[in-house]
Amino acid sequence: MSNLLSDGGRQLLLGNEAIVRGLIEAGTGFASTYPGTPSSEIGNILEKISGDAGMYFEFSTNEKVALEVSAAAASSGVRSFAFMKHVGLNVASDPLMTLSYAGVRGGMLILSADDPSAHSSQNEQDNRYYSTLALIPMMEPSTPQEAKDMVAEAYRVSEELTLPLLYRTTTRVNHARGVVEFSERSEPVTKGHFDRDVVRFVNIPAHAKVNRNRLLNLYAKAAEMSEESPLNFVEGSGDIGIITSGVSYTYVREFTSGASVFKLGFTNPLPEKRLAEFIRGKRYVIVVEELEPFLEDQVLRICAQNGLDVPVYGKRSGHLPRAWEFSPDTLTAIRDLVSVQEFREPLPRSEVKLPSRPPTLCAGCPHRGLYAATKRAVGSRDVVYCSDIGCYTLGVQPPFQTADFIICMGGGAGAAGGFAASTDQKAIAFMGDSTFFHAGVPPLVNALFNDHRIVMVILDNRTTAMTGHQPNPGTGREFGGITTESIDIEKLVRGIGVRFVEKVNPYDVKAATKVMRDAVDFDGVAVVISECPCPLELKKRKMLEPKVCVVDQDRCIQCSACVKNIACPALVKREDRIEVDETQCIGCRMCASVCPREAIEVRR
Amino acid sequence: MKYTVQIVGVGGQGVLLASMVLGNAAMNMGYRVAMSEVHGMAQRGGSVLSTLRFGDDVISPLEAVGSADMIMGFEPAETCRNIHLGNSDTVVLMNLDPVLPSMVAAGFEEYPDVGGLVDSVKRVNGNVVTIDATKIAIEAGKAVAANAVMIGAVAAMKGFPIPKDVLLDALVSQVPEKFRDLNIRAFEMGFSSLQ
Repeated sequence: MSNLLSDGGRQLLLGNEAIVRGLIEAGTGFASTYPGTPSSEIGNILEKISGDAGMYFEFSTNEKVALEVSAAAASSGVRSFAFMKHVGLNVASDPLMTLSYAGVRGGMLILSADDPSAHSSQNEQDNRYYSTLALIPMMEPSTPQEAKDMVAEAYRVSEELTLPLLYRTTTRVNHARGVVEFSERSEPVTKGHFDRDVVRFVNIPAHAKVNRNRLLNLYAKAAEMSEESPLNFVEGSGDIGIITSGVSYTYVREFTSGASVFKLGFTNPLPEKRLAEFIRGKRYVIVVEELEPFLEDQVLRICAQNGLDVPVYGKRSGHLPRAWEFSPDTLTAIRDLVSVQEFREPLPRSEVKLPSRPPTLCAGCPHRGLYAATKRAVGSRDVVYCSDIGCYTLGVQPPFQTADFIICMGGGAGAAGGFAASTDQKAIAFMGDSTFFHAGVPPLVNALFNDHRIVMVILDNRTTAMTGHQPNPGTGREFGGITTESIDIEKLVRGIGVRFVEKVNPYDVKAATKVMRDAVDFDGVAVVISECPCPLELKKRKMLEPKVCVVDQDRCIQCSACVKNIACPALVKREDRIEVDETQCIGCRMCASVCPREAIEVRR
Repeated sequence: MKYTVQIVGVGGQGVLLASMVLGNAAMNMGYRVAMSEVHGMAQRGGSVLSTLRFGDDVISPLEAVGSADMIMGFEPAETCRNIHLGNSDTVVLMNLDPVLPSMVAAGFEEYPDVGGLVDSVKRVNGNVVTIDATKIAIEAGKAVAANAVMIGAVAAMKGFPIPKDVLLDALVSQVPEKFRDLNIRAFEMGFSSLQ
């Protein structure tokens, strides 16, 4: 196991672990997040070690709050770190846009973990544009070592500019692993003092106008710092130039030769003078970056403004793709422009028809039971299933297919209200407990306020499961020396005036079906709370009682009701026989509850 | 020298542990190491791919398709699915123990004959070594030690540049104390099964 609190040495670290070590070396006193892949491990590590590191850390209700609490800490002089996945920054973008006007006192880094190829996301948006939108400096590391080292430099720049800094990573940086040399730890400062400065921190229109100019001046200073930054450097020589940043640099560095490479680490504002100098006299330049032509468009502008008649190749020229992450293979697209290593001829893909293996709800996952109940309750009725972001998204797969519309955290419930008002279909919204606290309360209030007769199902598995089991307001907190009580979802829902509120045990599919039928029939806002802890988390905590289901083959009539309704990975169909895979089964009885012959029993 | 191992399997099989052990061994040899892992979905039964690269001047965490020196396949269908990551010179270690995808278990899809999977790989690549890691692990004491069996087997693969004792040390430092003996036994049995 890695020891991120050690005094020195070198370790094989995940990019996210390296970032945590960077925080420890920089003396970061305050960190906050809402978990999201590919940044989630940072939070899981801080949950374990922030206490020993002397750092304050919290899982905030959502990314907006995470950014706000860290902004307050930094405004009080404490070095802070707000981190989230790319779409999380959309949620936090409201405070971000004005935080740059107010600025900070202690350094503040906002980590955005982008996900080219959408490995675990609903889109592959390029968050580098947030740095130009908010007018804040941005840095992008390329490797785990840089991901650690750049943290200290980022804090120095943030403090000198009194601006928050966007620390932008991508999946192949967060989830890359490499050898990282440690530097010394710094003692974190966790308490500061907020000194009043009404013009800066109270952006009423009159002050905002003042601060707009303040920000533009600081942005100009940031541009000067970028010109001087050691994070922007040139390697190699020649009359062909390559401009690159992030993980793309590692592909360029290792698999191309003969070009002069401008490696950018301080990527907003760009070092325009140095770039112009680099481009001048080149035969042409190639910009190698994932996703949008963020650097490329600026390079084209820099060429135009400096009267440089040098061709710029990249996405705009059609050489490199805009969609999906790069890999070494991607460089073959610029083989006519620069020397790229020859890759071996790949073996042909197997001609055997392979079974698909998408990620799936786990054996004994309580979501299966609730979905099975919903399908039975709905029958042939015309409904719209509005789902949300979490494990339960996997209900999109057969046999459930209980996801017709998904956009963002909390988005399903909001949309359900819209479907209720604009169609005659019944709208059923599914949402996890963590998502409910994150962004589910406002759309529920909206449904009450505007009389949208929706069914909202809160799949309360007592954790934030998909991102690796982080606590949420529904579980209460118990780490870093702070203990809080859980917030009762049922009381909250009743408190705002929902009249139909039922709690069900999703393992009892029959009972859950009856409740879902009543909820769908109810002429008003109905909330069903499906409460059952995530078995994967229980397993992790060694709290799962050892028991398994057994099929009594004499009673079983091979009707496959269990397989068709629950489709649990622990149920195995061999010829016509249904058997239980004991290595997977957790004995939850979900399959038994749909068996018409009571042929499935639990054995301890 | 540069060497790339593509480790493929299913979430929960120990692909990440294996890549950590191989990566630490490479680091202890003084090589530069660059790896890429799949996180998040791994616990949900999906296909998992982990890339390990080490040697002089290695910096890219990904490898080009076709350029793997070794494919370490924890699961036969996944080895087949990812065979294009290698070329005709790639050495392929193929565990024969299938993990049924949920759609197969439920009877909606079929799992191909394992012998057929092995044949299809052998038809395009002459360096395939098959192993029944789970069976060996059970002999060693427990099925969960299958990944230690696989790591032991890697040490015996043709041309693998990290010596056996360095791999074993890295394995021992990555597993809990109480499973130490089991893992050492499984590693040794995996190694000798290929001799």
